[in-house]
Amino acid sequence: MPVYFLRRVLAAIPVMLVVAVFVFLLLRLTPGDPAAVLAGDMATPEQLEQIRASLGLNDPLYVQFLRWMGDLLRGDFGTSLISNQPVLDLVADRMWPTIWIALITITLSVIVAVPMGVVAAWKHRSWIDHLVMTFSVLGFSIPVFVIGYLLIKLFALDLGLLPVQGYVAPSEDLPGFAARAVLPALTLASIYIALIARMTRASLLDVLGEDYVRTARAKGLAERRVLFRHALRNAAVPVMTVIGTGFALLISGVVVTESVYNIPGLGRLTVDSIFARDYPVIQALILLTSGIYVLVNLAIDLSYSFLDPRIRY
Amino acid sequence: MTAIWSGLRSGLAAATALTMTTVLPAFAETTITAVMHSGLRVLDPVITTAHITRDNAFMIFDTLVALDEDFVVQPQMASFEVSEDGLSYTFTLRDGLKWHDGGEVTPADCIASMKRWMQRDGGGQMIEARMESLEATGDNSFELTLTEPFPYTLEAMAKPSGLALFMMPERLASTPANEPIPEMIGSGPFKFVQDEFQPGVKVVYEKNEDYVPAEGPQSWFAGAKDVKVDRVEWVTMPDAQTSLNALMNGEIDFLEQVPVDLLPLLEGMPGLQNQVLAPLGYVTIGRMNFLHPPFDDPKIRQAAKLALSQEDVLTALIGNPDYFKVCGAIFGCDTPFEFSDGSESLTSGGDIEAAKALLEEAGYDGTPVVLMQPTDVVTLTAQPIVAAQALREAGFTVDMQPMDWQTLVTRRASQADPADGGWNLFFTNWIVPEVSNPLANIMLPGRGDDAWFGWPTDETMNGLLDDFASAAELEDQKAAAQQIQARVMENVNYIHLGQYFNPSAWSDSLTGITEAPFPVFWGVEKEG
Repeated sequence: MPVYFLRRVLAAIPVMLVVAVFVFLLLRLTPGDPAAVLAGDMATPEQLEQIRASLGLNDPLYVQFLRWMGDLLRGDFGTSLISNQPVLDLVADRMWPTIWIALITITLSVIVAVPMGVVAAWKHRSWIDHLVMTFSVLGFSIPVFVIGYLLIKLFALDLGLLPVQGYVAPSEDLPGFAARAVLPALTLASIYIALIARMTRASLLDVLGEDYVRTARAKGLAERRVLFRHALRNAAVPVMTVIGTGFALLISGVVVTESVYNIPGLGRLTVDSIFARDYPVIQALILLTSGIYVLVNLAIDLSYSFLDPRIRY
Repeated sequence: MTAIWSGLRSGLAAATALTMTTVLPAFAETTITAVMHSGLRVLDPVITTAHITRDNAFMIFDTLVALDEDFVVQPQMASFEVSEDGLSYTFTLRDGLKWHDGGEVTPADCIASMKRWMQRDGGGQMIEARMESLEATGDNSFELTLTEPFPYTLEAMAKPSGLALFMMPERLASTPANEPIPEMIGSGPFKFVQDEFQPGVKVVYEKNEDYVPAEGPQSWFAGAKDVKVDRVEWVTMPDAQTSLNALMNGEIDFLEQVPVDLLPLLEGMPGLQNQVLAPLGYVTIGRMNFLHPPFDDPKIRQAAKLALSQEDVLTALIGNPDYFKVCGAIFGCDTPFEFSDGSESLTSGGDIEAAKALLEEAGYDGTPVVLMQPTDVVTLTAQPIVAAQALREAGFTVDMQPMDWQTLVTRRASQADPADGGWNLFFTNWIVPEVSNPLANIMLPGRGDDAWFGWPTDETMNGLLDDFASAAELEDQKAAAQQIQARVMENVNYIHLGQYFNPSAWSDSLTGITEAPFPVFWGVEKEG
């Protein structure tokens, strides 16, 4: 296992390098000029040229790339072209709101969706199954911003139970943090509950038809033990994959939800940076996202061996 | 890296915090929470003309002189005297001026600030071109001496937008003009709280307890800047509906821009009010590329102008006629230089038939008009659609190309052929004070490659601008401005498409909010 882990981590290095080259080139080949964003609408062509020169944007591409890679190797992600703040600080500030919301969302989703999926599979073709599937279809189909606005209307504006928007760190104000996290987590969870419940149901239905389940039942095991000990554990591998990739998706940015609830997370930072052509920030964010995907995939793969002892690395 | 660890600790610390609740003394701090029109990212007001950067600078920095609501230049940090020959301007700093770091404001600071501003601002460059000397004449005074009279001098120094002239300590003002200043130390009514600044998310200001307001009633950016709250926080909200919900739920106190189509939601809401705080509002304009067909031909530019109707554009853009004004004056209605010569077709619904006839007379060969349409700026999405339809009705071939605003601002700098990455027409908006004076209006000079995007070469216009610059009396300036208005309409240096207004909304807990081209927070009180 440690060798496998090390091999996978080392294998991530060329992946990240390819991502870095690709992102760097893609950004430079896309129309857009950070100097124009920085200077504003009234800047003259001459002033734009001066700013471009001072930002190093007139240097040949390979010079810019080598400079960036050199800085990266020293752990320096550069400085935002627009706000002149260290990129690492910008990303770190915006990472925690996203991580907290993602953790709450995925926890809530698993707690609600897995039992829903199990019950739906167990009571296959019953009214419970139909109810779960209806919820699943709705969760997929209703855009998150609609769910978001409806929840705000009901719980914040009409009932006055929760704030409309915003984020405070849990260390500053835990009740305030919790109050502001409820609605965005519920909004995002609506999709993930639908997804995980559906996947759990489908996987479990496959497994429930297997011989070893019939044998377990024939041995007289309680239905709960059959479902959770024998069936669910074997059905968990694809569910775990969905949960893991869902978590990575949540971390890499949920722009619409962050906008609707005014959460200063990575999604908004990504969109703002792209619109502003803030190259160092975009590059750092995409590298971070790639790294998260690599790590999450590794974690998912490692979890397989715990869930299914037949899988060995 | 510190932020990573602090974030990691935050969850653990939260539990501790809950168990270590202490009784804090009651502290009646008043904070205004405001949502402005965009997030603040660039801090240096000399680097960029972005409006939010200007708004931020007016909180932190002060100006030597300032414009009042009658467009009259008033003393602010300094009183001024102009010599009889109009060549010498003496500024005397008022007593008690201090930087936020405790240092005294000196003439050397002001001279350095002016020199940095002159490198970037059009008005400043006009002054610099006529400047013989700029030097201290005492502990609290300095003198600007010109080689020839330039009556626009004080107005250029007092203009609130474009690049306004802010005073900074000499050590900051010595920063090259194309590099950002390293810290935000001003002498204005509010102090910038660096530790709480999150670019694009939140800006925090504290009352500057050492600030000594100027004398006289507050009027726009002149007069006393009395701060009556402890803190002001600007919170960025990217979604208009969310910011309105936050206002209705009492989570914010002030919302700078309420989209007109959302205004009905505020009707009948207790505890809230809304009003247009910038009665001059904005102008929306179309700019053509003078270098390439078809708009290198003045007759074809005229035909395009004839096809367009201000009312059609403004209706699509704003909708509610209470919030737009059909106005033929390129310097804005309700301004000192309001003339409407030559704007008849624009203000009376356009004249498609005349446009068709002129297009035929000009021998238009069907060359496509590459019209750049920004899709991500709400106040700029309607104009291209309406214009494209009108131009097509007049007989133009229109190639409308959707793109994001940043792609547009990059592409508009290209002088390439429109078929090869260039362009023919785009639209933008200005606040009226940015165009209300002929010398501040960046679209007017006809200096070819050195002109603003579109690059007109127009010696007639340059001559008229010189006439305006040298006119000492208001009546002479008006006469020149009227000729400039007529020239713009004749040569179609740009197409003036009217004025519109953005309502602001705020909680009843705020009092003392005043009209100005953009929001000011001095003079505002908050109850509770």
